[in-house]
Amino acid sequence: MSAAFFYALAGTGLFSIGLHALLVHRHLLRKILAINVMGSGVFLVLAAMATRNGIAILDPVPHAMIITGIVVAVAVAATALALVLMLKLTAETGHAVLPDSKEDKP
Amino acid sequence: MGLAWGALASGDLFKAIVLFIAFGLVMALVWVRLEAPDIALAEAAIGAGLTGALLLAAFVKLRITSPNVNVDITRSLCGIRSIPVLVSILFLAMALAYAIWPLPPDAAGLGEDVAANLDRSGVSNPVTAVLLNFRSYDTLLEVMVLLLALLGAWSLGMTTPRREAAPGLVLDTLSRLLAPLLILVAAYLLWAGAHAPGGAFQAGAMLAAVGVLMLLTGWQLPAALAALPLRLVLVAGPVTFMLLAVIPLLLEGRLLQLPPAWAGCLILIIETTATISIGTTLIALFLGAAPNKEDQQ
Repeated sequence: MSAAFFYALAGTGLFSIGLHALLVHRHLLRKILAINVMGSGVFLVLAAMATRNGIAILDPVPHAMIITGIVVAVAVAATALALVLMLKLTAETGHAVLPDSKEDKP
Repeated sequence: MGLAWGALASGDLFKAIVLFIAFGLVMALVWVRLEAPDIALAEAAIGAGLTGALLLAAFVKLRITSPNVNVDITRSLCGIRSIPVLVSILFLAMALAYAIWPLPPDAAGLGEDVAANLDRSGVSNPVTAVLLNFRSYDTLLEVMVLLLALLGAWSLGMTTPRREAAPGLVLDTLSRLLAPLLILVAAYLLWAGAHAPGGAFQAGAMLAAVGVLMLLTGWQLPAALAALPLRLVLVAGPVTFMLLAVIPLLLEGRLLQLPPAWAGCLILIIETTATISIGTTLIALFLGAAPNKEDQQ
């Protein structure tokens, strides 16, 4: 088994672990962690597939796409975390309505 | 994989987050092993560092509002009910492995095409060439996604409780020493991106690390800069990118086609503004709320 396939299989393993955690855990922060782990698995498969050409030249296109993917994953995580905090706030205050910023002004 | 399992299965949420950061660093090592140092830098700075900082910040905020945040992490599915989930996941994992197994060991890929056209792109690092010249449409949208994430977080309209941080002597001194050094590292990463691993996103993440460090030691954005100048900095990168994308459209009729003669210079301009904007966006995401809302109160 070549190294590329080893890493690709590890990637599918990561994806599966992440999916399992996403389904099993109830806490939202853990679900966000799980989605990030799933994303890492997908990136790993993509990068492993990029190394499997026999020539010495690496394929930079998947690498660039993975960097794009990592940044998008951070954006998703940040938005999801903001939503989680908002849910928490709603559950505690009982308000689902945003405070009107014009009324807040002195 | 064991680390990932530990990160996702450990009982303590704080431990889970720390293990997740460690997992990101191990992933960075894996990227180096796969001969992808660009991804390794991005993963270590963005994937492990900033996601970890965001998660820890959210964890602390959740704990402020309800002290017993660790109570409700008990699994909803335990015992007999978790077996179908586990079985179907195992089945999926096997199916994925089966899908990957018969792929041919030698695939051509686009490596040769990129190498053949590299001298027309203006930079000599192939990953930067793909990111900012050959497939810059992806990168443009990616910068927009970051901005959209910030808009989403801001439009939720939360106000962060102002924390009066009193850093210890060590942290204070260390951050004073580290901040200029990290900015220097960010500038180097940006410059090196043209011919070696590095680039705008890694440098932006470095800048964000500086900002997070300074925020943690009690630094606050001056009120005069909080409203309009901050927003101008945030949109400077995307707007520059858009302008340089549209100008070729008007001149030659193709979107995002940089003329080969000036490509290196233009890429540097795009990367510099994008770095500053990405760094600021990530810092603002770490803060999580629109800053001028705090100042009005």
